[in-house]
Amino acid sequence: MTAPATPLWEVFLRSRNGLAHKHVGSLHAADATLALHAARDLYTRRGEGLSIWVVPSDAITASDPSDKGMMFEPTASKIYRHPTFYDVPDDVGHM
Amino acid sequence: MATTSIAVAEMPLVLFLLRRADDALILGHRLSEWCGHAPMPEEDMALANTGLDLIGQARTLYDAAAAAEGAGNDEDRYAYLRDAPQFRNLLLTEQPNGDFARTIVRQFFYSAFADPYWRAMQGSADTTLAAIAAKSEKESAYHLRHASEWMVRLGDGTPESHRRAQDALDALWPFTGEMFETDDAERGLIATGIAVDPAGPRGAWAATLRMVLARAGLAQPAGTWMQTGGRSGRHTEHLGHLLAEMQHIARTYPGARW
Repeated sequence: MTAPATPLWEVFLRSRNGLAHKHVGSLHAADATLALHAARDLYTRRGEGLSIWVVPSDAITASDPSDKGMMFEPTASKIYRHPTFYDVPDDVGHM
Repeated sequence: MATTSIAVAEMPLVLFLLRRADDALILGHRLSEWCGHAPMPEEDMALANTGLDLIGQARTLYDAAAAAEGAGNDEDRYAYLRDAPQFRNLLLTEQPNGDFARTIVRQFFYSAFADPYWRAMQGSADTTLAAIAAKSEKESAYHLRHASEWMVRLGDGTPESHRRAQDALDALWPFTGEMFETDDAERGLIATGIAVDPAGPRGAWAATLRMVLARAGLAQPAGTWMQTGGRSGRHTEHLGHLLAEMQHIARTYPGARW
Protein backbone atom coordinates (compact mmCIF):
# COMPACT_ATOMS: atom_id res chain seq x y z
CA MET A 1 0.00 0.00 0.00
CA THR A 2 2.55 2.54 1.13
CA ALA A 3 5.52 3.33 -1.05
CA PRO A 4 8.92 3.40 0.67
CA ALA A 5 9.22 7.07 -0.37
CA THR A 6 6.67 8.06 2.26
CA PRO A 7 8.31 8.23 5.69
CA LEU A 8 6.52 7.93 9.00
CA TRP A 9 5.47 11.02 11.02
CA GLU A 10 4.27 11.38 14.59
CA VAL A 11 1.28 13.64 15.15
CA PHE A 12 0.75 15.89 18.18
CA LEU A 13 -2.43 17.88 18.79
CA ARG A 14 -3.23 20.70 21.16
CA SER A 15 -6.93 20.64 21.80
CA ARG A 16 -7.24 23.85 23.82
CA ASN A 17 -5.23 26.94 24.60
CA GLY A 18 -3.10 26.38 27.67
CA LEU A 19 -2.82 22.63 27.21
CA ALA A 20 0.28 20.88 25.89
CA HIS A 21 0.42 19.13 22.55
CA LYS A 22 -0.38 15.45 23.02
CA HIS A 23 0.71 12.55 20.88
CA VAL A 24 -2.30 11.15 19.02
CA GLY A 25 -0.83 8.78 16.45
CA SER A 26 1.28 8.49 13.35
CA LEU A 27 0.89 8.57 9.58
CA HIS A 28 2.80 8.25 6.32
CA ALA A 29 3.45 11.28 4.13
CA ALA A 30 5.99 12.31 1.52
CA ASP A 31 7.02 15.50 3.30
CA ALA A 32 6.19 17.82 6.19
CA THR A 33 3.50 19.83 4.41
CA LEU A 34 1.59 16.76 3.27
CA ALA A 35 2.04 15.25 6.73
CA LEU A 36 0.36 18.32 8.21
CA HIS A 37 -2.51 17.99 5.73
CA ALA A 38 -2.90 14.30 6.43
CA ALA A 39 -2.84 14.95 10.17
CA ARG A 40 -5.63 17.50 9.74
CA ASP A 41 -7.69 15.00 7.74
CA LEU A 42 -6.99 11.98 9.96
CA TYR A 43 -6.96 13.40 13.47
CA THR A 44 -9.04 16.60 13.58
CA ARG A 45 -12.24 15.50 11.85
CA ARG A 46 -14.34 15.97 14.96
CA GLY A 47 -13.03 19.31 16.15
CA GLU A 48 -10.23 17.88 18.28
CA GLY A 49 -7.54 20.39 17.51
CA LEU A 50 -6.41 23.98 17.60
CA SER A 51 -2.82 23.28 16.66
CA ILE A 52 -0.97 20.39 15.01
CA TRP A 53 2.67 19.37 15.19
CA VAL A 54 4.12 16.72 12.93
CA VAL A 55 7.55 15.30 13.70
CA PRO A 56 9.55 12.81 11.61
CA SER A 57 9.38 9.56 13.55
CA ASP A 58 13.09 8.96 13.03
CA ALA A 59 13.81 12.27 14.81
CA ILE A 60 12.53 10.76 18.04
CA THR A 61 15.04 9.03 20.28
CA ALA A 62 13.20 6.52 22.43
CA SER A 63 14.19 4.66 25.56
CA ASP A 64 14.80 0.96 25.12
CA PRO A 65 12.08 -1.19 26.73
CA SER A 66 14.77 -3.66 27.87
CA ASP A 67 16.33 -0.87 29.96
CA LYS A 68 13.14 -0.56 31.98
CA GLY A 69 14.71 -1.86 35.18
CA MET A 70 17.66 0.49 35.13
CA MET A 71 15.67 3.47 33.87
CA PHE A 72 12.52 3.41 35.94
CA GLU A 73 12.56 0.93 38.82
CA PRO A 74 14.87 2.98 41.09
CA THR A 75 12.16 5.65 41.39
CA ALA A 76 9.60 3.17 42.67
CA SER A 77 11.18 3.10 46.15
CA LYS A 78 11.60 6.88 46.53
CA ILE A 79 8.26 7.73 47.98
CA TYR A 80 9.74 10.83 49.64
CA ARG A 81 9.88 12.41 46.20
CA HIS A 82 6.09 12.57 46.18
CA PRO A 83 4.63 15.57 47.99
CA THR A 84 2.60 13.42 50.34
CA PHE A 85 4.34 14.36 53.61
CA TYR A 86 2.94 17.84 53.94
CA ASP A 87 -0.27 19.02 55.52
CA VAL A 88 -1.99 21.20 52.96
CA PRO A 89 -4.12 23.90 54.58
CA ASP A 90 -7.76 23.67 53.60
CA ASP A 91 -7.69 27.24 52.30
CA VAL A 92 -5.28 26.21 49.55
CA GLY A 93 -8.05 24.24 47.91
CA HIS A 94 -7.36 21.93 45.01
CA MET A 95 -3.69 21.47 44.19
CA MET B 1 -42.71 8.13 -2.06
CA ALA B 2 -42.46 8.14 -5.83
CA THR B 3 -39.59 6.69 -7.81
CA THR B 4 -40.35 8.45 -11.07
CA SER B 5 -38.46 11.57 -12.02
CA ILE B 6 -39.73 14.87 -10.70
CA ALA B 7 -40.36 18.05 -12.65
CA VAL B 8 -38.66 21.17 -11.32
CA ALA B 9 -39.96 24.69 -11.87
CA GLU B 10 -36.63 26.30 -12.71
CA MET B 11 -37.20 29.95 -12.05
CA PRO B 12 -33.88 31.83 -12.08
CA LEU B 13 -33.04 31.50 -8.37
CA VAL B 14 -33.90 27.77 -8.34
CA LEU B 15 -31.82 27.18 -11.46
CA PHE B 16 -28.92 29.14 -10.00
CA LEU B 17 -29.02 27.14 -6.76
CA LEU B 18 -29.36 23.79 -8.54
CA ARG B 19 -26.32 24.57 -10.68
CA ARG B 20 -24.12 25.17 -7.62
CA ALA B 21 -25.67 22.30 -5.67
CA ASP B 22 -25.21 19.89 -8.58
CA ASP B 23 -21.54 20.90 -8.96
CA ALA B 24 -20.96 20.05 -5.32
CA LEU B 25 -23.02 16.84 -5.28
CA ILE B 26 -21.57 15.34 -8.45
CA LEU B 27 -17.96 16.18 -7.58
CA GLY B 28 -18.57 14.98 -4.01
CA HIS B 29 -19.96 11.71 -5.34
CA ARG B 30 -16.96 11.27 -7.63
CA LEU B 31 -14.63 11.72 -4.65
CA SER B 32 -16.67 9.22 -2.63
CA GLU B 33 -15.86 6.63 -5.31
CA TRP B 34 -12.25 6.72 -4.07
CA CYS B 35 -13.30 5.53 -0.63
CA GLY B 36 -11.28 2.39 0.07
CA HIS B 37 -9.37 2.71 -3.22
CA ALA B 38 -7.01 5.66 -2.74
CA PRO B 39 -3.25 5.12 -3.12
CA MET B 40 -2.71 5.39 0.65
CA PRO B 41 -5.02 5.45 3.68
CA GLU B 42 -4.10 9.06 4.50
CA GLU B 43 -5.27 10.21 1.07
CA ASP B 44 -8.33 7.96 1.25
CA MET B 45 -9.43 10.03 4.25
CA ALA B 46 -8.49 13.33 2.63
CA LEU B 47 -10.53 12.63 -0.51
CA ALA B 48 -13.48 11.37 1.53
CA ASN B 49 -13.34 14.49 3.73
CA THR B 50 -13.36 16.72 0.67
CA GLY B 51 -16.26 14.75 -0.78
CA LEU B 52 -18.20 15.10 2.47
CA ASP B 53 -17.57 18.85 2.53
CA LEU B 54 -18.96 19.12 -0.99
CA ILE B 55 -22.01 16.94 -0.31
CA GLY B 56 -22.67 19.09 2.76
CA GLN B 57 -22.55 22.19 0.57
CA ALA B 58 -24.94 20.52 -1.89
CA ARG B 59 -27.42 19.79 0.90
CA THR B 60 -27.64 23.40 2.07
CA LEU B 61 -27.94 24.61 -1.53
CA TYR B 62 -30.71 22.07 -2.29
CA ASP B 63 -32.51 23.21 0.87
CA ALA B 64 -32.35 26.78 -0.39
CA ALA B 65 -33.57 25.65 -3.83
CA ALA B 66 -36.49 23.78 -2.23
CA ALA B 67 -37.47 26.90 -0.29
CA ALA B 68 -37.20 29.04 -3.43
CA GLU B 69 -39.18 26.59 -5.55
CA GLY B 70 -41.86 25.98 -2.91
CA ALA B 71 -43.18 22.91 -4.70
CA GLY B 72 -42.66 20.30 -2.01
CA ASN B 73 -39.34 19.06 -3.39
CA ASP B 74 -36.41 18.49 -1.05
CA GLU B 75 -32.72 17.64 -1.15
CA ASP B 76 -33.34 13.91 -1.65
CA ARG B 77 -35.80 14.45 -4.47
CA TYR B 78 -33.43 16.81 -6.27
CA ALA B 79 -30.53 14.39 -5.86
CA TYR B 80 -32.26 11.10 -6.50
CA LEU B 81 -35.27 11.80 -8.70
CA ARG B 82 -33.90 13.86 -11.55
CA ASP B 83 -32.54 12.42 -14.80
CA ALA B 84 -29.24 13.42 -16.37
CA PRO B 85 -30.67 16.19 -18.61
CA GLN B 86 -32.13 17.82 -15.46
CA PHE B 87 -28.72 18.07 -13.78
CA ARG B 88 -27.06 21.47 -14.10
CA ASN B 89 -23.51 20.70 -12.98
CA LEU B 90 -20.32 21.62 -14.79
CA LEU B 91 -19.14 18.88 -17.14
CA LEU B 92 -15.79 19.03 -15.31
CA THR B 93 -17.31 17.68 -12.10
CA GLU B 94 -18.78 14.55 -13.71
CA GLN B 95 -15.56 13.48 -15.45
CA PRO B 96 -14.39 10.07 -14.21
CA ASN B 97 -11.76 9.81 -11.48
CA GLY B 98 -9.19 8.24 -13.78
CA ASP B 99 -5.86 7.92 -12.00
CA PHE B 100 -4.94 9.92 -8.89
CA ALA B 101 -3.45 12.72 -11.01
CA ARG B 102 -6.70 13.08 -12.97
CA THR B 103 -8.67 13.38 -9.73
CA ILE B 104 -6.26 15.95 -8.31
CA VAL B 105 -6.24 18.07 -11.48
CA ARG B 106 -10.05 18.01 -11.60
CA GLN B 107 -10.17 19.13 -7.96
CA PHE B 108 -7.51 21.77 -8.54
CA PHE B 109 -9.38 23.29 -11.51
CA TYR B 110 -12.65 23.33 -9.59
CA SER B 111 -11.35 24.53 -6.21
CA ALA B 112 -9.23 27.27 -7.78
CA PHE B 113 -12.54 28.62 -9.11
CA ALA B 114 -14.84 27.73 -6.19
CA ASP B 115 -12.71 29.40 -3.54
CA PRO B 116 -12.73 32.94 -5.01
CA TYR B 117 -16.31 32.41 -6.20
CA TRP B 118 -17.61 31.64 -2.70
CA ARG B 119 -15.49 34.43 -1.25
CA ALA B 120 -17.26 36.88 -3.57
CA MET B 121 -20.64 35.28 -2.81
CA GLN B 122 -20.24 36.14 0.87
CA GLY B 123 -21.42 39.59 -0.18
CA SER B 124 -24.70 38.23 -1.60
CA ALA B 125 -27.83 40.26 -0.88
CA ASP B 126 -29.48 36.94 0.05
CA THR B 127 -28.47 36.25 3.67
CA THR B 128 -28.93 32.48 3.34
CA LEU B 129 -26.64 32.44 0.32
CA ALA B 130 -24.11 34.66 2.06
CA ALA B 131 -24.02 32.22 4.99
CA ILE B 132 -23.65 29.19 2.69
CA ALA B 133 -20.84 31.03 0.90
CA ALA B 134 -19.01 31.79 4.16
CA LYS B 135 -19.04 28.11 5.15
CA SER B 136 -18.18 26.89 1.65
CA GLU B 137 -15.28 29.31 1.27
CA LYS B 138 -13.46 27.93 4.32
CA GLU B 139 -13.86 24.41 2.98
CA SER B 140 -12.87 25.26 -0.58
CA ALA B 141 -9.80 27.16 0.64
CA TYR B 142 -8.54 23.94 2.20
CA HIS B 143 -9.50 21.86 -0.86
CA LEU B 144 -7.48 24.25 -3.01
CA ARG B 145 -4.47 24.12 -0.73
CA HIS B 146 -4.54 20.34 -0.63
CA ALA B 147 -4.95 19.95 -4.41
CA SER B 148 -2.27 22.58 -5.07
CA GLU B 149 0.29 20.81 -2.88
CA TRP B 150 -0.40 17.57 -4.73
CA MET B 151 -0.11 19.34 -8.11
CA VAL B 152 3.41 20.42 -7.14
CA ARG B 153 4.40 16.98 -5.92
CA LEU B 154 3.00 15.19 -8.95
CA GLY B 155 4.47 17.69 -11.42
CA ASP B 156 7.83 17.87 -9.66
CA GLY B 157 7.90 14.23 -8.56
CA THR B 158 8.92 11.34 -10.79
CA PRO B 159 8.84 11.26 -14.62
CA GLU B 160 5.74 9.09 -14.38
CA SER B 161 3.88 11.39 -11.96
CA HIS B 162 4.82 14.38 -14.13
CA ARG B 163 3.53 12.66 -17.27
CA ARG B 164 0.27 11.66 -15.60
CA ALA B 165 -0.31 15.16 -14.22
CA GLN B 166 0.37 16.78 -17.59
CA ASP B 167 -1.92 14.26 -19.34
CA ALA B 168 -4.68 15.10 -16.86
CA LEU B 169 -4.21 18.86 -17.35
CA ASP B 170 -4.43 18.47 -21.12
CA ALA B 171 -7.46 16.16 -20.98
CA LEU B 172 -9.50 18.29 -18.55
CA TRP B 173 -8.50 21.71 -19.85
CA PRO B 174 -11.43 22.01 -22.34
CA PHE B 175 -13.84 21.62 -19.40
CA THR B 176 -12.60 24.74 -17.61
CA GLY B 177 -14.25 27.40 -19.79
CA GLU B 178 -17.73 26.45 -18.63
CA MET B 179 -17.08 27.66 -15.07
CA PHE B 180 -17.13 31.29 -16.18
CA GLU B 181 -20.33 31.17 -18.25
CA THR B 182 -23.27 33.43 -17.54
CA ASP B 183 -26.74 33.37 -19.08
CA ASP B 184 -29.89 35.51 -18.91
CA ALA B 185 -31.25 33.62 -15.91
CA GLU B 186 -28.15 34.49 -13.86
CA ARG B 187 -27.73 38.00 -15.21
CA GLY B 188 -30.96 39.04 -13.48
CA LEU B 189 -29.70 37.66 -10.15
CA ILE B 190 -26.34 39.32 -10.64
CA ALA B 191 -28.06 42.66 -11.30
CA THR B 192 -29.94 42.44 -8.00
CA GLY B 193 -26.84 41.45 -6.02
CA ILE B 194 -28.07 37.95 -5.15
CA ALA B 195 -25.44 36.24 -7.31
CA VAL B 196 -22.00 37.30 -8.49
CA ASP B 197 -20.77 37.07 -12.05
CA PRO B 198 -18.87 33.76 -12.34
CA ALA B 199 -16.50 35.52 -14.73
CA GLY B 200 -15.38 37.66 -11.78
CA PRO B 201 -13.07 35.02 -10.21
CA ARG B 202 -11.41 34.33 -13.56
CA GLY B 203 -8.42 36.54 -12.74
CA ALA B 204 -7.86 34.85 -9.37
CA TRP B 205 -8.31 31.45 -11.00
CA ALA B 206 -5.75 32.19 -13.70
CA ALA B 207 -3.27 33.56 -11.15
CA THR B 208 -3.60 30.41 -9.02
CA LEU B 209 -2.98 28.26 -12.09
CA ARG B 210 0.09 30.24 -13.13
CA MET B 211 1.62 30.11 -9.66
CA VAL B 212 0.95 26.42 -8.93
CA LEU B 213 1.83 25.15 -12.41
CA ALA B 214 5.10 27.10 -12.30
CA ARG B 215 5.99 25.50 -8.95
CA ALA B 216 4.97 22.12 -10.35
CA GLY B 217 6.94 22.50 -13.57
CA LEU B 218 3.79 21.71 -15.54
CA ALA B 219 2.70 23.43 -18.76
CA GLN B 220 -0.61 25.24 -18.87
CA PRO B 221 -2.54 23.96 -21.89
CA ALA B 222 -2.91 26.59 -24.59
CA GLY B 223 -6.10 25.40 -26.26
CA THR B 224 -8.95 27.90 -26.50
CA TRP B 225 -11.76 25.57 -27.61
CA MET B 226 -13.98 24.82 -24.64
CA GLN B 227 -16.71 22.30 -23.90
CA THR B 228 -20.11 23.60 -22.86
CA GLY B 229 -23.57 22.25 -22.03
CA GLY B 230 -23.64 21.16 -18.39
CA ARG B 231 -25.47 24.27 -17.19
CA SER B 232 -28.34 23.50 -19.57
CA GLY B 233 -28.38 19.73 -19.06
CA ARG B 234 -26.34 18.56 -22.07
CA HIS B 235 -23.91 16.21 -20.39
CA THR B 236 -21.08 13.87 -21.26
CA GLU B 237 -21.91 10.16 -21.29
CA HIS B 238 -20.34 9.79 -17.85
CA LEU B 239 -23.13 11.45 -15.87
CA GLY B 240 -25.75 8.79 -16.71
CA HIS B 241 -23.51 6.04 -15.33
CA LEU B 242 -22.78 8.06 -12.20
CA LEU B 243 -26.49 8.70 -11.59
CA ALA B 244 -27.36 5.03 -12.17
CA GLU B 245 -25.12 4.11 -9.26
CA MET B 246 -26.00 7.09 -7.08
CA GLN B 247 -29.77 6.82 -7.55
CA HIS B 248 -30.51 3.13 -7.86
CA ILE B 249 -31.16 2.43 -4.17
CA ALA B 250 -33.42 5.46 -3.79
CA ARG B 251 -35.34 4.56 -6.93
CA THR B 252 -35.54 0.83 -6.23
CA TYR B 253 -36.51 1.11 -2.56
CA PRO B 254 -38.47 4.36 -2.21
CA GLY B 255 -38.01 5.96 1.19
CA ALA B 256 -35.41 3.35 2.22
CA ARG B 257 -33.71 4.13 5.56
CA TRP B 258 -30.88 2.68 7.56
